[in-house]
Amino acid sequence: MRLIVNGEEQDLSAATLSELLAQLEYEGDWLATAVNGELVHRADRANRRLSDRDRIEILSPMKGG
Amino acid sequence: MLTLYGQELRSRMLLGTARYPSPSILADAVRQAGTEVVTVSLRRETAGGRQGGAFFELIRELGVRVLPNTAGCYTVSEAVLTAKMAREVFGTNWIKLEVIGHHDTLQPDVFGLVEAARILASEGFEVFPYTTDDLVVAERLVEAGCKVLMPWCAPIGSAMGPQNIAALRTMRAHFPDVPLIVDAGIGRPSHATTVMELGYDAVLLNTAVAGAGNPALMAAAFAQAIDAGHAAFEAGMLEPRDMAVPSTPVIGKAVFS
Repeated sequence: MRLIVNGEEQDLSAATLSELLAQLEYEGDWLATAVNGELVHRADRANRRLSDRDRIEILSPMKGG
Repeated sequence: MLTLYGQELRSRMLLGTARYPSPSILADAVRQAGTEVVTVSLRRETAGGRQGGAFFELIRELGVRVLPNTAGCYTVSEAVLTAKMAREVFGTNWIKLEVIGHHDTLQPDVFGLVEAARILASEGFEVFPYTTDDLVVAERLVEAGCKVLMPWCAPIGSAMGPQNIAALRTMRAHFPDVPLIVDAGIGRPSHATTVMELGYDAVLLNTAVAGAGNPALMAAAFAQAIDAGHAAFEAGMLEPRDMAVPSTPVIGKAVFS
């Protein structure tokens, strides 16, 4: 299935958001995730099923003004 | 004591964390300033979470309160989603709300700002809106639920200093009980002193410190300048006069001729 992760289209087989994070080797308790413009809370990632062409954003802390 | 959304703070200097030569210089600047609030941001993570993790660790070690921003957002929906994601990461309801309206001046889209502020306030956020010095916009923001206002004094990163003293003064007079923080445009400590002398409650800085030759020393200079301006406002300053007034009493002066 084709997923758009942080703006980059990739061929991935993850069924859920937490599987996707594991497959892409994301780690840490400081990530925020959204699917198709909706926030997905940390606790809901395992239940958030993914479908073809979903747009996933994975953000982390960065310096800012 | 400065109180922002119920949080009491000794320092009246809020500091951005971007553009420092190194993380350790950022840490030095925060310590030298004695700042208790730093602004942070969120960006796409490409390295499996490790880049953001290192920065997050640095901020945690500093033991300061974070004010996440929605920098770079041009639409209401983008800003609202970014705010929600920031709350997820940083575990705070505080949000420095930026809805940018123009890519050259980085001036806020005040229409989008008011709309986003209303949505976020209704969802429990404590909004710090980056706004202009427009009084009507400020009123709308307060109506939308903002209990702090953060007008610019010049464009972000411009270092121009206060461009419209009269407007800043009017805003202070119109909102005597709302904490007002000058956010953006400060270039040097004297600019910070100027706005604090007008009765502003605090200053938010980044580039003026991060871009200095010695950021930690500049952070200390700003902290002193901000405190000096605040003390002067509290003390009550003289108004300028047209004529000279002798400071030494003339009564009892010797007459030699």
